[in-house]
Amino acid sequence: MDRIPIIKIGKYLLVTVQTDVQDNAALALQEDLGNRIIATRARLVLFDISSLQVVDSFIGRLIGEIAGISRLLDAEVIVVGMQPAVAITLVELGLTLSGVRTALNVESALAMAGIRDQV
Amino acid sequence: MSRAPWPWREFVIRSEAAAPERLTVALRTQEDVVVLRHRVREQAVGLSFSLLDQTKIVTAASELGRNAVTYGGGGEAIIEASHNGSRIGLVLTVIDHGPGIANVEDAMRAGFSTGSGLGLGLSGTRRLVDEFELRSEVGQGTVVRIVRWK
Repeated sequence: MDRIPIIKIGKYLLVTVQTDVQDNAALALQEDLGNRIIATRARLVLFDISSLQVVDSFIGRLIGEIAGISRLLDAEVIVVGMQPAVAITLVELGLTLSGVRTALNVESALAMAGIRDQV
Repeated sequence: MSRAPWPWREFVIRSEAAAPERLTVALRTQEDVVVLRHRVREQAVGLSFSLLDQTKIVTAASELGRNAVTYGGGGEAIIEASHNGSRIGLVLTVIDHGPGIANVEDAMRAGFSTGSGLGLGLSGTRRLVDEFELRSEVGQGTVVRIVRWK
């Protein structure tokens, strides 16, 4: 099983999900990310799903859970770069991911984070 | 290239000699679900589906494929092109030989789940496609057939 890489950039963690992901790898990410948040004391996780062409209910649920787990560990997840077709499909599936912050790209996610850090 | 209309078939298809327009994907593991997503995507692209329609049918395939692997103990998926008059559609039939669904009405309701999911799988899948048929026999298995018209 290929694990989803978590990269530390400065104070942030960057998770980039590749084009297609197996359920096991997605589940492993929950644990890996929790451990990395603790180890690095990162307060922000950029979760880049721009190359994901399909988010089904399983992966959608997982994204929500990862955001929830991170919040409990004092880190915020920003989901970055969701494809429009994926967003439409997710909402039609019945998953709105309410409570999960999103940004159109990494740049605007970092801008959001910059504003947060000044507060 | 004109094609004869795809003949009406029995709801449950036994995988006999594969017709050229029919593609069968075995569903035993999570990797197979990934393969199914790729095959359905290829077929949808081949039928010139829009990106949104591709995404919907691939997502629906992913839901059904995962159900077959997780709850149905594995099975198979059959991908076909359907030509109904001037309409072109992608037909996906997912068959498992698992425990079956005791109460189909409950299973189709959003939020119903016997597993760890949100229970959006079947009800959500139905919203993503134009046609949705489900047959299940307790102890025999489950067949779901979906169609997305272009």
